[in-house]
Amino acid sequence: MQEVNSSSMSDIAFLLLVFFLVTTTISMDKGLSLILPAEGNEMEVNRKNIVNVLVNDQGKVLFDDKPTAIKDIKRKAISKINGNSNIIFSVLTTKRTKYKFYIEVLDQLKQAGASKISIANPNY
Amino acid sequence: MKLNRKTKSSNEISTSSLPDIIFMLLIFFMVTTVMREFEGLDVVLPRAKNIEKLESKRHTSYIWSTKDGLVSVDDKLVNMSDLGEVMYVKISRDPKLTVSLKADENSLMETLTDIHSQLKKAQALKLNYSSMSQINN
Repeated sequence: MQEVNSSSMSDIAFLLLVFFLVTTTISMDKGLSLILPAEGNEMEVNRKNIVNVLVNDQGKVLFDDKPTAIKDIKRKAISKINGNSNIIFSVLTTKRTKYKFYIEVLDQLKQAGASKISIANPNY
Repeated sequence: MKLNRKTKSSNEISTSSLPDIIFMLLIFFMVTTVMREFEGLDVVLPRAKNIEKLESKRHTSYIWSTKDGLVSVDDKLVNMSDLGEVMYVKISRDPKLTVSLKADENSLMETLTDIHSQLKKAQALKLNYSSMSQINN
């Protein structure tokens, strides 16, 4: 009886395996998640429930009208959340603020466990 | 009296099932592999600590934005005013779509705000700011 020689089958399979091992990218994309509000879905919010976080061009932060270093935002935000669980953090940047400062501020707020973060459109 | 062993067992490990094992591994990798589709633009991602993994690569669309304000979707440069339309087509094809925004750390918020408003227009509301994990404290 004639049979196909299958001794090289494992070699072929190995070759394919190595190809898929090499092309597989394991690195998953990671980042800060945010749900944008739907357009025209504006709500009136009590002024007491809003904390303004202003970020200027140089990456200096004004947290609730007080100058704050970026790494201190987390601590201050936690105490704000403990005082009022409905608090909304409104992040306002300028047009020339660098994205990296914005991410740092957002990261600090997320680390503090803030769930209600609003991104205001810069006017200037 | 001399005892003779009837069968002589060989010392070698049987390799006959090796192809089966390899094939199984191969099928596993074939199923799990998602080919990288797009090269993207050259960006330096910002660093953040509190980062989350994206749910699924299949339901993710990428937007690249460089520090010069260039915006690219699927390796095609897109005008800011057309971005909403491009994303709207994508979101209507896949309503579970998450947008992963790969913006350069030195890009200006002006660009980002424009992207935000275009995404809102396209109703692509699930957004993820792609960033690297921060190692030091």
